[in-house]
Amino acid sequence: MANVLEVKPDLAQAQCAEVGASKFCPGCGHGTILKTLAQVIDELNLNERAVFGCDIGCSLLSWNYMNIDTVQTHHGRTTPVIYGVTRANPGTVGIAYMGDGGGLAIGSQHLVNASVRGENMLILLANNTNYGMTGGQMSPTTMPGQVTETTPYGRDCSITGKPAKGAEMIAAIADPEKSYVARSTMGNVRGLKKVLKAALENVANGGFSFVEVLSVCPNNWRTNNIKTLERLKEMEEFFEVKEFITPAKKEEV
Amino acid sequence: MARIKIALAGEGGHGVQSVAKILVEAGYEAGKQVLYIPNFGVEQRGGVSIAFCQIADEKIGEPRYSKADIVIMVSDRAIDRCSTYVDENTTVIYDSSVCTKKPEVKAKRIIPVNANEIANTNPELGARVFNIIILGVILEATKVLDVEDIKSAMEHALGKKFEAKPELRTKNHKALEVGMNLLKEAAV
Amino acid sequence: MVKKLITQDTRMFLTGNEVIAYAANAAEAEFMYGYPITPQNEIMHTWCKLLPKTEAGFLQTEDEISAGFSTLGGILAGKRAFTATAGPGNVIMQDAQSMAEMMRLPFVCAVMQRGGPSTATVIYAQQETRLTCFGGNGEGFRIVYSTAGHQDLYDYMIKAFNTAWKYRFPTYMLADGYQGKMREPVTLYDPASRGISMVPTEAFLRAEGKIGVDRDATHLRNTFNLEEELMEHLDVYKEEYERISPEIEEYFEYKAEDAEVLVIAHGIVARSAVTAIDELRAKGIKAGLFRPITIRPLPVNPMRAAVKRAKQVLFTESANGQLAQMCLEKLYGLTTPYSTLFKMGVGVTGDDIVSKVEAMVKEPATV
Repeated sequence: MANVLEVKPDLAQAQCAEVGASKFCPGCGHGTILKTLAQVIDELNLNERAVFGCDIGCSLLSWNYMNIDTVQTHHGRTTPVIYGVTRANPGTVGIAYMGDGGGLAIGSQHLVNASVRGENMLILLANNTNYGMTGGQMSPTTMPGQVTETTPYGRDCSITGKPAKGAEMIAAIADPEKSYVARSTMGNVRGLKKVLKAALENVANGGFSFVEVLSVCPNNWRTNNIKTLERLKEMEEFFEVKEFITPAKKEEV
Repeated sequence: MARIKIALAGEGGHGVQSVAKILVEAGYEAGKQVLYIPNFGVEQRGGVSIAFCQIADEKIGEPRYSKADIVIMVSDRAIDRCSTYVDENTTVIYDSSVCTKKPEVKAKRIIPVNANEIANTNPELGARVFNIIILGVILEATKVLDVEDIKSAMEHALGKKFEAKPELRTKNHKALEVGMNLLKEAAV
Repeated sequence: MVKKLITQDTRMFLTGNEVIAYAANAAEAEFMYGYPITPQNEIMHTWCKLLPKTEAGFLQTEDEISAGFSTLGGILAGKRAFTATAGPGNVIMQDAQSMAEMMRLPFVCAVMQRGGPSTATVIYAQQETRLTCFGGNGEGFRIVYSTAGHQDLYDYMIKAFNTAWKYRFPTYMLADGYQGKMREPVTLYDPASRGISMVPTEAFLRAEGKIGVDRDATHLRNTFNLEEELMEHLDVYKEEYERISPEIEEYFEYKAEDAEVLVIAHGIVARSAVTAIDELRAKGIKAGLFRPITIRPLPVNPMRAAVKRAKQVLFTESANGQLAQMCLEKLYGLTTPYSTLFKMGVGVTGDDIVSKVEAMVKEPATV
């Protein structure tokens, strides 16, 4: 046992070694998403070109998680901060990291307009179907019937409307010529890595990318390991996991 | 002349602000101190449009004044809105061929002119130079600027249109002259 | 590097909004982020019209929230970036302004006040005085210049960039719809010709060097875990703000030395006061003006000295005493009585002030 504890975690260059153990709740999906993102940044050698912005909510805990230049912003405002950076300093690979609340509720106008304008950035949205940091309230992506603090008897879609489907919405409005839009899941890390790689390559080439990652929140869901993964499977059925738009292939020179 | 305060008011679309701009531009080019505030409501068209102009020899302090030296009203609503800028030292000029009433104010003088009627009936003019006739009226009423200053400011504002249609220049100069004479006659 | 348009003294006849765009260019501003709202639109219009010559940048955002935050993005990238807003736009931009305050980002904004509350008028007011000085959930660690005409707009817009980048507190040029829309002559100049050099900018993100080799990754935050952690930061901010205040404070006095009635006004209302004071002096009434140019921080010592000398004070504003409240707190302990002339969202004319002061002479203030 002692030997196992002494084995150092396999960190990507783009992950901060000093941060130590994950600051996220046990079983949280953020760590997996961020670690995969860090690996892709390493592989594409974007460590010095990247600027990482984190939203408020659980995603704010990532403020010193990545070993790349990072700025914490306000709830819903990571998108404008990051496109503010990339507009002023072209060549920057801007990454705006947020949850489903920050992206699809309080920051939705920025998400919509940044997509339409094709801002040169990656919007990376971790969808765990609730507001984790504030104690598990209903979010735009809360599943039908899902119990949260503000839907204690289950989400009643006749009152709240149906869950928001971020990737479908962005796919409908983003410029297909220069956009990459996909939904992935932390349930398939290899698939997630592939998606993040395509997304960041597109940004590095001047495009706009939106990636929604289905994630888990066992703490607020009050689920054990098995139930958590069962819930993730349900989400994968409800929210289609696929590439919605891949940018038009450039002619090879 | 220490400072002359002019309020020019009409309906949106009358060209009140265009005329005010030419007036203050002329003042500026003539080396005067000038200050101009367009009154701009929420509506871009259809409201009462007021231009607050000041021309002075020395630096102008207040941007807005309580009472004007000259108030020009070219619509009924302008009369309603601008009577507040009139006191016993104010000269009021209104267009009797547009307004259906007389300004009921205590003023130094109240002068009716029929610029709109002339613009529409004089074959050398036309409805579109109505505001330039009013400019002529203001020029004569204030007597602080030279007609040549106004003409060069007109070139500045309308030069491109004049080049495309030289007869417009003649028409505008004529309107200016008509306006100046109008006040001379009215003042007799 | 942007191209500067004004290389020698140039006398022009412009609207205030045009002046601000020229001033930003003279200050070598590189990027403007903005969203349309009257009466500041022509700042953006002029800035955009000049882009082919200046080679600067512009982004029209989806709202003032994003105009504020993307301006912060531009600044984080190390650019001399700015924005401009008014009224309801200033309200929703407070979110970003508060982040600038917390993270000590050199945010620069021209505020062209319009009537309030709510949509109110698009014309003019001084009702964003308190909002601009103390808006957001914070302590008002901001620097606010209140201008009184086109030469001020040019001078202080240039200065705002240097103040912001030197001291790293959000800096504002507080003007209004009259100043934005009115036309008057102004002399534009190259700041260098007045001995003004622009404080260099630096990138907060993506500095030179390889992460982990030449430098560490930068991690900027505005959230703290512990109350004490927050206070440690804010105590430092407060100490710095108070220490630099004397260097920043500016004021203008007009015939205040022997004034029996001292008018305290800021911005364009102070100009009406000058007109009034000349008229009052001609009538034998000793009136004078104290105009704080920095309304945050207030020039407290000179203001107290002027108030102490006077027999009566008149506070006048196009608001219901927003500046007066800020001043009165700083005048604690003095006994000079005062009166007020407040016109909410309406211009104060010279005549208004003359009548009021005459009434005060007849019947002195007792408060």
